Amino acid sequence: MSTINPPVVFTQDELGWVSWIDPLPEAELTERHFAGLVDRARAKSEYFRLLVRDPEVLEARTKTDKDIFYNVADGLPRAERELAAAATSRYNGCIYCASVHARFASTYSKRRDDVQRLLDEGVGADLGERWNAVVKASVALAETPIAFGPDNIAELRRAGLDDAEIVDVINGASFFNWANRLMLSLGEPSK
Amino acid sequence: MAPKDIIDTLAGIEPGSTLDAIRARRLQARENAQKSYLSLFEPVDPGDFSLAERAAVAAFVTGLHGESPVAAFYRDKLGANADGAALVEPIQIEIERGKTTGPYGAFPAGPLSAENKAGLIYRVSAERKPQLGNRLVAALEHAHLLVFRPRDAASADMKALLAAGWSTTGIVTFSQLVAFLSFQVRVVSGLRTLAAASA
Repeated sequence: MSTINPPVVFTQDELGWVSWIDPLPEAELTERHFAGLVDRARAKSEYFRLLVRDPEVLEARTKTDKDIFYNVADGLPRAERELAAAATSRYNGCIYCASVHARFASTYSKRRDDVQRLLDEGVGADLGERWNAVVKASVALAETPIAFGPDNIAELRRAGLDDAEIVDVINGASFFNWANRLMLSLGEPSK
Repeated sequence: MAPKDIIDTLAGIEPGSTLDAIRARRLQARENAQKSYLSLFEPVDPGDFSLAERAAVAAFVTGLHGESPVAAFYRDKLGANADGAALVEPIQIEIERGKTTGPYGAFPAGPLSAENKAGLIYRVSAERKPQLGNRLVAALEHAHLLVFRPRDAASADMKALLAAGWSTTGIVTFSQLVAFLSFQVRVVSGLRTLAAASA
């Protein structure tokens, strides 16, 4: 096994990820597994070849993920869905997930420095009214017991979000409570 | 109009309501959140992760988030399982022992160590271990870590599950189940809050 060089800070750099338990070897994947992977190219990823041990759950998880983040026919702009994912990951402590979704947030918002401040300073960074409301709502949803309440809704509305956009925040932040727990507990990031 | 799914049921969303219409705009997410639920709790082949074990872990995980319609739903699911009914009471006692506030835990040693937050390292009580058995004892301890301090997870935790009789595939499904519930309980709570704020 190659040496793991784990990152010790949040970053927008591209990271690798190494599994702690055995993924399926690429040569053993069947059509049932490829259906679970959704994108065949994901067979190259150690993470997805581990999750594909339960292909039905992986397929449903992947399609849930894609619609919450990529379906931008209406609702919240992609940048702010990615912000919710990055803020959730920052708060839960998933350096790998935060790196991916901070990059996406930077790409779609063109506010790379603000995204970096979220990573460097944490979820208390002042990013302006609208982003602050999205970050605060994501943090409240990440807490256990869940701390999301009417104040978060009021704040999101004051920042200009309508109910459909608020549902996109709820879905995006909630989904990362799923993703973070898999990434953090089945393996680790590597620089 | 799609028939009510599990999230509608748990969040109290009625067909034709505003939230029903909003959820319909993310139809693929809606259908696949439902498929995720079904593939975890009504799998074609449960493999070596039994339906009783799935319900026991779900009752524990959702109960740790506090009493709610979601917690009641999974507690009832456990009670309705022939092998699970006897576990309802011990799981309930363990939920009370495990309740705390998260997320907490340690970051990799370095500048982030300043943000480390200590908290409960939950272990099943010795008294309940014979009722729960080795596999569930290990599962509840790991589920508690996933709920409250996922950033503490280490490769040793995988070894503990393997040593307690979990297969690698079983660990994947078990991890998905806990992680999925972390999503479901939040979506339900968020949608309920939004519905109440719009009433």
